Amino acid sequence: MLRAHGLACDRGDRRLFSAVDLSVSPGEWLQVEGANGAGKTSLLRILAGLAPVAEGLIEWEGRPVAEVRDDYHARLLYLGHAPAIKEDLSALENLHTTAAVAGRPLDEATAMAALRRIGLKGREDLPARVLSQGQKRRVALARLLCSQARLWILDEPFVALDVAAVAQLCSILDDHLSRGGMLIFTSHQAVQLAGTGASLRLGTPPAPREGAA
Amino acid sequence: MSQRLINWFKFASPASFYPLAGTLWPWFAGLASVLCAVGLWISFFVAPTDFQQGEGYRIIFIHVPASWMSMFIYCVMAFWAAIGITFNTRLSGMMSSALAPTGALFAFLSLWTGALWGKPMWGAWWVWDARLTSELILFFLYIGYIALTSAIDDPRRADKAGAIVALVGVINVPIIYFSVKWWNTLHQGASVSMTKAPTMATTMLWGMLIMALAFWMYSIAIALYRVRAIILERERHATWVAELPEMQR
Amino acid sequence: MNAFLAIVRRDLLLAARRKSEVFTALFFFMIVVSLFPLGIGPESATLRRIAPGVLWVAALLAAMLSLNRLFAADHQDGTLEQMSLSPTPLALLVSGKVLAHWLTAGLPLVLLAPVLGLQFDLSARSLGILMISLLLGTPVLSLIGAIGAALTLGVRGGGVLLSLLVLPLYIPALIFGAGAVEADLAGLGAGGHLSLLGALLALGMFFAPWAATAALRIALE
Repeated sequence: MLRAHGLACDRGDRRLFSAVDLSVSPGEWLQVEGANGAGKTSLLRILAGLAPVAEGLIEWEGRPVAEVRDDYHARLLYLGHAPAIKEDLSALENLHTTAAVAGRPLDEATAMAALRRIGLKGREDLPARVLSQGQKRRVALARLLCSQARLWILDEPFVALDVAAVAQLCSILDDHLSRGGMLIFTSHQAVQLAGTGASLRLGTPPAPREGAA
Repeated sequence: MSQRLINWFKFASPASFYPLAGTLWPWFAGLASVLCAVGLWISFFVAPTDFQQGEGYRIIFIHVPASWMSMFIYCVMAFWAAIGITFNTRLSGMMSSALAPTGALFAFLSLWTGALWGKPMWGAWWVWDARLTSELILFFLYIGYIALTSAIDDPRRADKAGAIVALVGVINVPIIYFSVKWWNTLHQGASVSMTKAPTMATTMLWGMLIMALAFWMYSIAIALYRVRAIILERERHATWVAELPEMQR
Repeated sequence: MNAFLAIVRRDLLLAARRKSEVFTALFFFMIVVSLFPLGIGPESATLRRIAPGVLWVAALLAAMLSLNRLFAADHQDGTLEQMSLSPTPLALLVSGKVLAHWLTAGLPLVLLAPVLGLQFDLSARSLGILMISLLLGTPVLSLIGAIGAALTLGVRGGGVLLSLLVLPLYIPALIFGAGAVEADLAGLGAGGHLSLLGALLALGMFFAPWAATAALRIALE
């Protein structure tokens, strides 16, 4: 499980947030909310180990992340604001490369199946340049389908998706949670997911929320 | 041992270093002016006229110490950079950026006086002598450091990036010096070297050493003075800055 | 290792889809080299004397043209974040990017240089030395350039700043590289220069990926 105590984040001279505590256990999800500029992305980047911790401690399976960094990163899937999609590569090539960089090379069949399930059937070999904004997001989200990571940290996964894609993403997230996965994400919209969930409002203390299932 | 370590790290915090620097810099500045006066007096009035080079040689009393300082300050910058990267102390980056303009100034002074010396001695303002060329490249390295650190808005990031530049530079300085020397011998350029004065009278040596010491004191004084300004600028939101007596006025 | 190869493959694929960038640098190299005889005059004795320096300086500038984009695109589209979260050490992935940069920006220069050397009336032997010196030297340019590219990532006026940082560090490679050909022309034997160039390359391969990685981490924070 992932726990964090007393996290703080500085942006320039300004303190974005302080004393943030959170914990996510297997099968649980945490939605990070807050106004624009409240530090949602910064919090996710800190949790993913991309940004330094100004104050506080993050623990993975009971041990400080700084000590188990490699193990933590091997079990983490982070999807940032920028989807890491190369415009000149096809959806399939993009998926192969990101998977190889993440240390989990894919075989052709898995990659094709993932792209089909995410709704890119027939567009696997088109360069990402010609895909729409939402389709590009789907290429990035196809990584979720091929991932064996325990913890998913997703920054605005629902952005630019149409209704059908939102429903599909929800079912992917539900599958992940029901397999005992953990999920932390930011979103401006209310999301109904399986399992126990909580929401963390930056700027105010976290309020517990009942799971939908 | 641990007691001493704690004492040292106490001054690594800007809040405790600021007043210390404030007490120290006037002393170093005073020493610098006294030494400079003595050094200049020796170099202009006491040191004998060189029978080969006439009066023009006297510029080496500025030139040689300035070259020494420019190289030495780069090493000190690299030292602070290494400390900053290892211990992640905020003060180290501030020290590096406080030293850089002084180092660049000395490098420039060394190039300028070199040109002034070269005209009567070699008949040319610029000769591609190995030392002069290395000094020019060192000047470029200083400019690169200053340009990079001032182009990055976030001071912490600027410090870290500057530290990498300083360390990469300090690894490269000997390689550059060696390669330039090699290049120089291959091309059989100027064979006269400035520091290879035929016979150096004792008074000349004294003059040069005292001038070097004066430059040293000046560098320390100005670096402390500048680091105080940097600390104030970066910590302007901290409460200890607001409580300073000079802020109450 | 898989991730390393994936990075090299991806960057080569991207370069292949954007051939114009590779060719622009090559034409830049050709034009710069061809300008010198026009500025200096066509006497072949003079040209032969300046050829090593001209070819090397032009290669150095051409290799620098594409440095700007070495990490910039990856930084912008989030690929760099994914790379730094990879279980493979970031320094290894950075080495992959440097290798791909050399293959697309350095190696073509090495292959084109002898053709341009003919314009300067260099002998076949000297052309061979020139190629070897570029073969050893251009990877050094990519390696040092990677440090500069990483340091200037997302910095105002990064392009000009990059050249300011990187060019002084290129000087040893330039001296030994051009020196090798000059020494050969003077009948001195180029072995010493080439070994030193090889030493620079070994040093660069060891240190540069770490320094570039440290700089990238700063940019990612």
